[in-house]
Amino acid sequence: MTIQFNDETFRDDYTFRNSQWAIDRFPFPFHEDSYMYSVNMEQHQGGPAGSVFEKRFDVDEHYVSEMKDRALVLAEDPLRCQCLPHMTLAGWDLLELIMVSKSEDYPDLFELHREGNNWHWINKPLGIDHKFVFLDETTLPYGPMEYITRQSQGDFAVLDQRDDNLWMDAGMVTTQADWSLDFDIGMNFFEWHAPVPKANEMGIFVRALKFLLNIQQGTPARRLNWTMTVNPLLDTSPENYHKWGVQKTTLTPENIGTKQHLRVELQTFFRLPRSNALVFPIRCYLISLQDLVTVPKWGRRLHRVIRDLPVELATYKGFIDNRPMIVDYLSQFDDGLPTSDGIWPDKNTEPPLQT
Amino acid sequence: MSAGTNKIAVTVSEVVEVNELVKRFRFVRSDGGLLPTFSGGAHTVVEMHDGEIQRLNPYSLMSDPMDQTAYTISVRRDDVGRGGSLFMHTQVKPGDQMVISYPVNLFSLDLRARKHLMIAGGIGITPFLAQIKQLTATNGRFELHYACRSPALGSYVDELCDHHPNNVHIYYDEQKQSIDLEHLLDGQPLGTHIYVCGPKGMIDWVRGKAEALGWPREAVHYEEFLAPQSGKPFEVKLAVSNKVIRVGEHQSLLEAIEAAGVDAPYLCRGGACGQCETDVIGYDGKFLHYDHWLEDDQKASGKKIMPCVSRFEGKTLVLDR
Ligand code: FES
Repeated sequence: MTIQFNDETFRDDYTFRNSQWAIDRFPFPFHEDSYMYSVNMEQHQGGPAGSVFEKRFDVDEHYVSEMKDRALVLAEDPLRCQCLPHMTLAGWDLLELIMVSKSEDYPDLFELHREGNNWHWINKPLGIDHKFVFLDETTLPYGPMEYITRQSQGDFAVLDQRDDNLWMDAGMVTTQADWSLDFDIGMNFFEWHAPVPKANEMGIFVRALKFLLNIQQGTPARRLNWTMTVNPLLDTSPENYHKWGVQKTTLTPENIGTKQHLRVELQTFFRLPRSNALVFPIRCYLISLQDLVTVPKWGRRLHRVIRDLPVELATYKGFIDNRPMIVDYLSQFDDGLPTSDGIWPDKNTEPPLQT
Repeated sequence: MSAGTNKIAVTVSEVVEVNELVKRFRFVRSDGGLLPTFSGGAHTVVEMHDGEIQRLNPYSLMSDPMDQTAYTISVRRDDVGRGGSLFMHTQVKPGDQMVISYPVNLFSLDLRARKHLMIAGGIGITPFLAQIKQLTATNGRFELHYACRSPALGSYVDELCDHHPNNVHIYYDEQKQSIDLEHLLDGQPLGTHIYVCGPKGMIDWVRGKAEALGWPREAVHYEEFLAPQSGKPFEVKLAVSNKVIRVGEHQSLLEAIEAAGVDAPYLCRGGACGQCETDVIGYDGKFLHYDHWLEDDQKASGKKIMPCVSRFEGKTLVLDR
């Protein structure tokens, strides 16, 4: 299908909207009526047609507007994109991975023509037509990682692998759920995970690290993570907490359906061939509660998950104060019927809301 | 999920006798497409179907990592080994169809290094050949010290000396030449990383000397793939899959597990990566631990085994697999 790109904002007047298509393909993260923290990794080798898992780098109706928002964030704060000197090769790896994937997966939107190191890249949605020399930084307007991630939705952490550990040595981070590249740059896996609740859950992190260290070329992996965000704000960074933190207090029973969003991260992991680094794209999907509950199964399930979530997790995810209001709102969409297994909407088989 | 690596169907496009002991094999993709690029130091696991026996042996990729048209490996013939290298030497011909794994790198360059000091012994030269090509393309600074038995057996000495006359130093055992390690390590600029690949004695020597001279552990990199050793046959019970299997004389425990149709993880198949670590549920006998992954106390505990290289002698062994 050809994608109709929205003209929308993720700040100020918040004109962000999901079409019916985007609602139906939303990556709902709960496969059952309760949630427990887990690593829940699976192979990233495609998925059902039309789902956000199908392509290596999903492109959707928010693409063009998200890239505009990224440019705004970078103009205000250039440190959101950093690359330690030894990571330049990994940047070229990432540029190649994204250009090759997008031109193969979306031939109507992106084209890549290569003759040796002379590359020609066409990005139709963003109106870019650029000839450059692969591995020659002087032929690009930015470093290779910055160049390509200004054209790709989601944040990107590029991790160097050495001493049996992963190091956050490069990244493009403008749509993050409350973490800071400028703070984490140069840190290893355990250092940047430091503010996790329950230190006794360390075992999970040791296993996750082991898994990531063993991700090989040709077998990328993925998982989902989630949180809650008031207003469809992409940039919920610690640097700007003073701007967005206060928005949490603007929620009322009247506006909660439109203002409160479920924020889901599709995290993927790819081994980069030339540098042996690992790239960790973190793609953010937002959906208002009002849109989410149009899928009866999701309405029932989200109510149960949020209601039963342990206090420390609701605190960690930053919505403990608003939880009673969220649960009140969602309870209208939970009739107590059982739900089917798995994350899919199952609109044709799950009963409509009983009133 | 074995190894977490994808496979590639390849055709042998060339077999070259490098010298009396070493042959070089060139692989192209059977479907005519391009191979993945890789990073210097990576290896591929080559599948061999030797009659009844299936072997998977790791070999370092020695070709230019940026060259996607072909991969090359070099295999040293081991006349007393279990037969993998003999199979490659005597059976594999141009035009043969084979299956190899995607590249895996357990010996990658630390790209922060200001200088890469490489120490190679014998066939241990192969990963350095790819790393040198990578560093040459990216203007990295390196110095290679390469010890081999004699000029006749010095694989790739000529091409290395021709292309990098100022960075390559050769030592022939036969001519009683040897690396003056202490002096060499002493004279290195700050930010140098050491890489060593060769026989176990050489690796231990370099690591020991570097440690004694106060080099940080993370600046010393080594790769040593052990070939699985032959040994007396033994029997193993696989508790999860509920099977009793027999490990043949020239078969590794991992190969026997695979031959029984049980999927087991691996990456290096040489006792180095830790991926195949398996829990022991019960045993009566003695372990022959050959890996360099488990700590000594783990080996003594009788609770773990690395089936890619290690063996067992005794009455019963029950594994959590
Ligand atoms: S497979 Fe690497 S240690 Fe056994």
